[in-house]
Amino acid sequence: MLDMLLPLGQLAAGLVSSQPGPLPSALPEPPKVPDSPWFWMPRSASNFADPIDGTFSFLVWVSLISTLGIALAMAYFCWRYRATSRDANEAAESQVDHSNVLEITWSVIPLFIVIGVFVVGFKQYVDLRTAPRAAYEVHATGQRWKWGFEYPEGLTHPELHVPVNRNVRIMIQSVDVLHSLSIPEFRVKMDAVPGRYTELWFRATEEGTFPIYCAEYCGTAHSDMLSQVVVHTPEGFAAWVAEEIRKIEMMPLPELGQLTFNQSGCATCHSLDGSAKVGPSFQGLFGRQEKIINLGAVNVDENYLRESILEPQAKIVEGFPPSMPTFKGQLSDRRISGLIEYIKTIK
Amino acid sequence: MTSPSATADDIVAPAERASDNYLTHEKGILSWLTTLDHKRIGVMYLMCVMSAFLLGGVFALLVRTELLTPGRTIVDHDTYNQLFTLHGAVMVFLVIIPGIPAALGNFILPLQLGAKDVAFPRLNLASWYLWVIGALCMVLSLVINAADTGWTFYTPYSTTTTTSVIPALTGAFILGFSSIFTGMNFITTIHKLRPPGMTWFRMPLFLWALYSTAVIQVLATPVLAITLLMLIVERVVGIGIFDPALGGDPVLFQHFFWFYSHPAVYIMIVPAFGVMGDIIPTFSRKRIFGYKFIALSSVAIAILGFLVWGHHMFTSGQSVVSATIFSAISFLIAIPTAIKVFNWLATMYKGKIHLDTPMLYCLFFLWVFTIGGLTGVFLGVMSVDVHLHDTYFVVAHFHYVMMGGSITAFLAGMHYWWPKMFGRMYDEKWGRISCGLLFVGLNLTFFPQFVLGTRGMPRRYYNYLEEFQGLHQLSTVGAYLMGLAFLTTAAYLLGSLRKRADAPANPWGANTLEWQTPSPPAYYNFHNPPVVTEGPYEYADWVYNKRTGGYERKAADGR
Repeated sequence: MLDMLLPLGQLAAGLVSSQPGPLPSALPEPPKVPDSPWFWMPRSASNFADPIDGTFSFLVWVSLISTLGIALAMAYFCWRYRATSRDANEAAESQVDHSNVLEITWSVIPLFIVIGVFVVGFKQYVDLRTAPRAAYEVHATGQRWKWGFEYPEGLTHPELHVPVNRNVRIMIQSVDVLHSLSIPEFRVKMDAVPGRYTELWFRATEEGTFPIYCAEYCGTAHSDMLSQVVVHTPEGFAAWVAEEIRKIEMMPLPELGQLTFNQSGCATCHSLDGSAKVGPSFQGLFGRQEKIINLGAVNVDENYLRESILEPQAKIVEGFPPSMPTFKGQLSDRRISGLIEYIKTIK
Repeated sequence: MTSPSATADDIVAPAERASDNYLTHEKGILSWLTTLDHKRIGVMYLMCVMSAFLLGGVFALLVRTELLTPGRTIVDHDTYNQLFTLHGAVMVFLVIIPGIPAALGNFILPLQLGAKDVAFPRLNLASWYLWVIGALCMVLSLVINAADTGWTFYTPYSTTTTTSVIPALTGAFILGFSSIFTGMNFITTIHKLRPPGMTWFRMPLFLWALYSTAVIQVLATPVLAITLLMLIVERVVGIGIFDPALGGDPVLFQHFFWFYSHPAVYIMIVPAFGVMGDIIPTFSRKRIFGYKFIALSSVAIAILGFLVWGHHMFTSGQSVVSATIFSAISFLIAIPTAIKVFNWLATMYKGKIHLDTPMLYCLFFLWVFTIGGLTGVFLGVMSVDVHLHDTYFVVAHFHYVMMGGSITAFLAGMHYWWPKMFGRMYDEKWGRISCGLLFVGLNLTFFPQFVLGTRGMPRRYYNYLEEFQGLHQLSTVGAYLMGLAFLTTAAYLLGSLRKRADAPANPWGANTLEWQTPSPPAYYNFHNPPVVTEGPYEYADWVYNKRTGGYERKAADGR
């Protein structure tokens, strides 16, 4: 089977080839796993931790007792009924080979145990999958290889921040392949499936910072697709949201524009590389002359861009459909200025 | 088990049997490559499967070495992803699925039936060639740009990655047919070629297990073939079946994939149960306890195994109702499995236990498989699974079952039947040492992974958080120990081949038919077709002969 061994050479070549370091993670530093008081489980930081850990502990004890029981019986039999030599009494005296009472006993006892854990597991699972109606809703988006969390206050952030003791529902989606949002300290996990929403919910019971992992394999930097959940006091959470929004408002205009470009779905129709999508590309757009239907050539300047964002049907570039929605009332003046400044930078 | 007159002819003097057996009957590589003899095909399977095991093992050690440190140790991200993919695909499709049925089963099944061969010897050879072609396709993927999808090929990653997924899929597709051919052959052989007197409930439990396995192979594997074909069509032609960008559904792939791959778990473990069922009574010198319960529990597992695939998908977004049904049926499988373990244990009660290497591996199996089985119960509990899904807990669980169960039973069977297959006894002392070393290595490798998993460490991670390093290092040390144990095992087993043929026909005093022909068996297996008059686990008639080192049947007058 030499042919089976050949690829080892290729692999050996892979061993010494030097590659660029880890891809940039969304976080500047990897999250820390907080100390846990338990041997098996991580710290308990949500409403689900105690019930699920209870079921888990029960199973650990059942397993421990069964495994030790079987091992001890095995060891005892091996010693007590050891054969003294090959030739003495080749067959054991006892040839008892069935007992219906025993068979029923060791079928029915495990059956009751598994029915019990099934019922408990079912109840807890229904609870895990049924979010309460009054919940703070956050959208999570998995993308190779970062998480993004979008808050109802109009904020998007690579970390999940939540207030303590409040029901939080996470709507999960993926823009490319499967991912899975996993928060071990909360005992919750749900796949992000492209083309549909999935959801999970929890109520954080402890302030602190806990790691978020991607648990469904998604390619090269799967293991770097980390984030963290930060649990605040209710006041602390409100202050964090206000501060992040203020930070956005204080951003230099082109940066704010880029953020808006990414958050508002501009990229769906407008490319940055000159290729035509539904609308004209932003590459080299500013300062160019566009051919407008019924009007002829028009200079692309600040007022033209502002008008196109707020009154998109006023001037339609030849060769493109009049399909852009208006952003009137959706974008602040500062964000519109930011977008204009951002478009200027795309040459 | 046979009529006494048949065995008297079968057991011939050592000098005579060395001259003509299946190994010496024909010479030359071509005589092997064109053979229709189930024994030679079994041996060829054994060599191929062991080569693949070496390859998969090297991948495993590279993976474990990379995980010594949280960041880069020896390879980069992409190479690591390819390594664990290949480790999984090679071990599942090339080693464990064909391991016991195709390598040991091919050799032993017709012998246990007292038959000359399997029902379709040409199909049998064809299945071996398909295995080789399938393996070459996998190697082709490796040489071009190895697939990095994980052995599960989940969409839409597998339809969008730039690595050579198609050769790997084609390999798995062809290997599936190899598996189907073996299954068809075994079903027919067991139905049609049982000797006079061998009723269904006089069959050795190894045959019951192979029969149940064959049913799963024949019914489940076509679904894998269809699924892989659809995946290839989607990648090549762009028809949207699984990729949402083309209007497909990625979760549909998971349903299709596990519809095969969960039953495949039983293709991997049920033959192991069969090996246990034959070895434990032989080395306890006692009839197997609860024969019918063990035999029928294999069938029950084979049937129930088709109805539980959704328990791999509790966090995939499938509905609560489906998850509940799959969870409930999954628990039912725990019962026949528990029945087996308790019956094996009861067989040892009041026996006369010989702790030779095959029996040591059985005890090893009982302990390790119990841990693997019980941790499966954790994963069947829906709420607990949400926390443990896709973590190292799952990795530890299925390695305890696949490695601690299937591979351990494979080793038990290989040590048990080695004298029969090659006519040589191996070094018993080294057998026991290696078994002990493997036991320590296996637990050291996989037990820490349970703790990693419950603490939240996801599987298939190249980098990991520093807090997990200690447990990862323990696991890697264990993996090196296992590697060492396999090296010593290979050394003493292959070493035994250099000796003169010395194995008696029946070194363990077993009562199944394969032991009633010389070691190694004659080309035609039996001089006279055996007739069965009793169950497979009756030891009262076998006496030990110090001169030959084997057991011989008592003469009819008592001695």
